[in-house]
Parts: sequence; C-alpha cells; structure tokens
Amino acid sequence: MDFQSCVNIKKEWDIVGARQLGRDIARKIGFGTVDQARIATAISELARNIYLYAGTGKVCFEALEEIDHKGIAIIAMDNGPGIQEISQVMEDGFSTSGGLGAGLPGVKRLMDEFDIHSEEGKGTEIRVVKWLR
Amino acid sequence: MRIPILKLHNYLLISIQIDLDDQTAIQFQEDLLSKIHENGASGVVIDLTSVDIIDSFIAKVLGDVVTMSDLMGAKVVLTGIQPAVAMTLIDLGIHLQDVPTALDLEQGLIKLRQELEE
Repeated sequence: MDFQSCVNIKKEWDIVGARQLGRDIARKIGFGTVDQARIATAISELARNIYLYAGTGKVCFEALEEIDHKGIAIIAMDNGPGIQEISQVMEDGFSTSGGLGAGLPGVKRLMDEFDIHSEEGKGTEIRVVKWLR
Repeated sequence: MRIPILKLHNYLLISIQIDLDDQTAIQFQEDLLSKIHENGASGVVIDLTSVDIIDSFIAKVLGDVVTMSDLMGAKVVLTGIQPAVAMTLIDLGIHLQDVPTALDLEQGLIKLRQELEE
C-alpha cells in the first residue's frame, strides 16, 4: 500500500463524491473506461448501502502495487446494525429497501475480490479489489 | 439540481449531462411525469450519451419512469447508453428488458415514430 484516502458518507451527495474520487484514483492507476465504470458503480452501491442501512460510515481507497500487478482496493466501513444473514444479502434480488436487490451480488461480479465482515449491532466492513489486467 | 426537459412538437427531449445523484434522479422522475401531463406528449427520448455511471438505483429510477410514462400513454426511448455502462449494467444483473433503446437521439426519434405509427 502506498496511498490511502477516504470519503465520509453522511449525506446522499457523498455517494456521488465517493464514486468520483474512486474513479479518479482508478484512472490514475491506469484502468480503462470500462473498468473505471465497474469500479465507480461498485463504490456507488457500497456507499449507498452505508447511507441506507447504517446512516453514516466511510469508503476508503487504496492503490495496490505488487511486483507484477497493480490494483485498487475499496473498503466500505460502518458502525451500523450489521447484517444478520450474509448469505441472504448475497442473493440476487434480495432487498429490504425496495431496490432492485442487485447491490452486493452485483458488486461481487463487478470486482475481482470480495470480503465481507459483519457483526450484529457493531457494523459492517466490506473490502473489494479490482486488479489491472 | 434540475434536469432540463425540452419540448419538440409532441415529444419531450432530455439529455442527461450530469453525474446523477439519487435526489436529482427522483426529481427528474417527477418533473418528467408532470411535463407529460402538461403537454400531452406522446413520446419521450432520454439521451444518456454523457452518463458514465448507472448504478442499481439510477437503473431502477430510469426503468420505473419508462413504465410510469407508459401508464400515462407516452412512449419512452433511452438512447446513447455507453459501452462501459451497458457492460456494467449486465455485471450488476440489470437487464432493463422491457425498455426501448436506440443508439443515438436520431435513431431514438425514428424508433418513437415507428412505435407511435406516425
């Protein structure tokens, strides 16, 4: 890790702020327009989940640099109610908010790596990674 | 922020040129439906050429506005969806299957005329 920056999610507009910053970082790392769109969309979904379910939290970005490949990690953290059934939220079409239910399973498909940790009453942390091909 | 809605004969034309936040998207939905009602528009083209992100929320709002307009008797065509946006939507699992689309504004107007048999 050589670089990390975060956006606090407090109001709805912060969802746009987070995806714009994430997209800028992705562009600087060298991602093409399609992957930039995938990354920005994933950030949008993660940030919206924070805003909808936890109220506040933050989204952090890390530029990853290893010997043979570069990438971006996005970490979404909140101290919200946590997720009771992780397997349930990873199902396509499952939604408690009246949305499309495309959020988390969609994020998983958009990115290369997906890790989720959640504790009821304590919060949720989701880390996703996209590698530069 | 409000998205301008232009009237051309009995059509409404919209070109979205900003990074859509949720509130603006919802506001647009309301504005468009009132404009259809006010003008008795029979067709609508929403051009998305300048939109570089459609997430699940925005996709839902767009899909809904097509259905809502249809209920009111106006046909909507979405135009200019960028390749990166199309790929991202499919990754997300959003297919927008019942939504009429066209390559660009011109094709969109042709499609509307065909659908409305004018």
